[in-house]
Amino acid sequence: MKSLIQATIAIIVVTALLMYAGNAMSAGSGKSGKDTLTIFNWGEYIDPDLLKQFEKETGIHVIYETFDSNEAMMTKVQQGGTAYDIAIPSEYMIEKMKEEDLLIPLDHSKIPNMKNIDPYFLDLPFDDNNKYSVPYFWGTVGIVYNPSLVGDLDFSSWEDLWDPSLKRTVFLVDGAREVIGMGLNSLGYSLNSLDNNELRSATDKLIKLAPNVKAIIGDEITPLMINNEATVALTWSGQAADMMYENEDLDFAVPEEGSNLWFDNMVIPKTSKNIDGAHAFINFMLDADSGAQNADFVGYSTPNIAAMALMDEEVVTDERYYPTEEQRDTLEVYKNLGPDYLGKYNELFLEFKMSIR
Amino acid sequence: MQTKASKSALFPYVLWIAFFVIAPIALVVYYSLLDLHGNFTLENYKAFFTSVYLKMTLSSFWYAFLITFFTLLISYPTAYFLTKTKHKQLWLLLIIIPSWINLLLKTYAFIGIFGLYGPINAFIEVLGFDPKQMLFTDISFVFVSVYIFIPFMILPIFNSLDRLNPTLVYAARDLGASAFTTFRRVVLPLTMDGVKAGIQVVFIPALSLFMITRLIAGNRVITLGTAIEQQFLVTQNWGMGSTIAVFLILFMVIIMLITGQKNKGGRVR
Amino acid sequence: MTKLTTSAKVYLAIVFIVLYAPIFYLIFYSFNSGGSMNNFESFTFDHYKAVFEDTRLLVILINTVIVALLSALISTIIGTLGAIGIMTVKDSKMRNTLLSLNNVLIVSPDVIIGASFLILFTMVGIKLGFASVLLAHVAFSVPIVVLMVLPKLLEMNKSLIDAALDLGATRKDVMMRVILPYIKPGIFAGFFLALTYSLDDFAVTFFVTGNGFSTLSVEIYSMARAGISLTVNAISGLVFFVTVLIVIGYYFVTSRTSKRTGGH
Repeated sequence: MKSLIQATIAIIVVTALLMYAGNAMSAGSGKSGKDTLTIFNWGEYIDPDLLKQFEKETGIHVIYETFDSNEAMMTKVQQGGTAYDIAIPSEYMIEKMKEEDLLIPLDHSKIPNMKNIDPYFLDLPFDDNNKYSVPYFWGTVGIVYNPSLVGDLDFSSWEDLWDPSLKRTVFLVDGAREVIGMGLNSLGYSLNSLDNNELRSATDKLIKLAPNVKAIIGDEITPLMINNEATVALTWSGQAADMMYENEDLDFAVPEEGSNLWFDNMVIPKTSKNIDGAHAFINFMLDADSGAQNADFVGYSTPNIAAMALMDEEVVTDERYYPTEEQRDTLEVYKNLGPDYLGKYNELFLEFKMSIR
Repeated sequence: MQTKASKSALFPYVLWIAFFVIAPIALVVYYSLLDLHGNFTLENYKAFFTSVYLKMTLSSFWYAFLITFFTLLISYPTAYFLTKTKHKQLWLLLIIIPSWINLLLKTYAFIGIFGLYGPINAFIEVLGFDPKQMLFTDISFVFVSVYIFIPFMILPIFNSLDRLNPTLVYAARDLGASAFTTFRRVVLPLTMDGVKAGIQVVFIPALSLFMITRLIAGNRVITLGTAIEQQFLVTQNWGMGSTIAVFLILFMVIIMLITGQKNKGGRVR
Repeated sequence: MTKLTTSAKVYLAIVFIVLYAPIFYLIFYSFNSGGSMNNFESFTFDHYKAVFEDTRLLVILINTVIVALLSALISTIIGTLGAIGIMTVKDSKMRNTLLSLNNVLIVSPDVIIGASFLILFTMVGIKLGFASVLLAHVAFSVPIVVLMVLPKLLEMNKSLIDAALDLGATRKDVMMRVILPYIKPGIFAGFFLALTYSLDDFAVTFFVTGNGFSTLSVEIYSMARAGISLTVNAISGLVFFVTVLIVIGYYFVTSRTSKRTGGH
């Protein structure tokens, strides 16, 4: 009995000490101004120095929280409880958030740096006239591969994935839209298809890919590709850029039949309590200098032309990351399929996954 | 040991059940009756009885069984030997400590260890064999799962072995019982409650494992837990996700009924 | 006490090596001057320096430990009382029902627990942050405590309690002097596994946290997209060494004092 009481007291004392230390530390890190701005972003998706610079310039204290999927982010915004001022969802999620009335319209007069964005990336179907969102980064879906290990395949066509020589080597990303979309693209269909026959034949085609599939995973593919543990992977261009930065043997290709063009965008959710601060932050991130610094840090493709002018020429002219307008014409942006077809896509994806044994 | 004092002991626990168990179950059951548009329906339950989900249920049970079996196989002797060490409490703590390091980090470490250029394959090469990709196989999946659950199995078994009166064992041996008979007739029955507790805390969560099904098994193993995760986070079909959860809870209740002890109160043997 | 045979020692050694292998692997790479957990380039302390420069990460670490310790403590108290209470329920059907309810949170995937707790907390109006995370961790740790304490209660001899009561002990005495000391190993087991649950949890915490409050697991998971930085390895290595030191130190201090006072 005595030891139980002792242990309880010890735990309480330790906790109290830790609380004291924690408070002292967070006080030291400077929570000066009352003005705060809560940002909800993907993990490691911003240069932390920029946050510090923003705090210094504006006197606004930044609270930074991270998420790892659009859907989880939306659930949290929808439930409220935290006053998120900025969130950075992907394009299809913006359509959904608009429908659910979770976004605050932007006041363009407070974002003069909007002029820095390539007009090509403005006024896109998912958000007319950028009423609610401003693009943050963009990219494509393609195949990253190790040329020395795949013979003479160059993945200019999705068909190359079905090549018998790739038995049990292909890694796929764990996303229904990406994988079913690839199946649709490989047959020449739109990756936003709402045609049950097309979807069926795409799934059947994918099931034929099963013998070649090694695994369906998420972000863990990055270290595996870097370390030459994997030879071929379906992935996003930004992630491919990370891999190629670490492992120079790798190459990235977007097959000619077409693929996905995606955007992550800054929005102001309904939960915001500092709308002026949020506009100031968006404008700050669209500035040429901070845009360039952020793109250098994150390694994804920026829509900011003024920033591109300040960046390494070799990077911004690399057609693998910055495809020409002509190449972009084969790419499609995901449309919000509506709950029924999103469910259908996921059902088919599950069926495909179960076929891998 | 009844009436008031014990009733008040039960009070915070009952409060916990009401707020954190009953309320969530009510929510889950409610959502399971909704379709994608928020209308009442039994479609989700019907959908569960399609081949995809039945196959998934079977494979979840199969893997949970394998995981529990191997965990028990490794943990029982470990717990037994631990009770015989000099500083047994310390050794026991040292079994638990690894479980306090973040699981995702350990999983990444396993990816490295099992990898083509990891230490195991380096060893295999030294022995003169070709390196093998051990990741994304059933074996690596079961291995890592067993690794995660070992402390959960060892603790209850250790606790029940620890109180085992050694004179009982000596008596049995003196009376001419073989080591095996002694174990089967004396040691095992007396530690059965610990073993049962261990099986419950391994088998039940093993049914709904997710994360490592992707990280270590590369989605070659799909459990009900993975499916729920997908329904909630990707499809945002909370209805179907909740339906699978309702079935998981039903399965758990059945397991509890099978392994539940039938005698009343303390041990009367 | 019978001595351990050599083969038993070898067996234990193998179990320990396997249990610690991934941890030593992590720590090994925390000294890697390269950026990732493969290709060891050269030895460096840089990642450890980075830990002490990163106050945000340190505050998160402290939060994590506070939540783990407090939630494990509270859930151990609730769970132990609950287990004792369950044992006093005479009706076996009722008892099985309670036990099944107990296990609901163990079988439910984290996503469901997280989402339903989030709905619950926002409905009741609990501010998301430290309090909601602590509550959630207490909630999902209670069942494991019950499951650890129960077998000890089951094997306890009822006549022991009856004898104590016959000898004129009050109910409080029985609780303090007979039951609690007997089930103590179960209580500690419950506490330690509750710590494990709390330290490992990502999904539930993600949903119920807010207003800038974060734990190490949430932080690590959100790093996965860009690769986990070795600073996290370094911080885990530090936590590991400190824990081992505390555990060994505590063990020898308590075992020496109890020897001196003649307890066991």
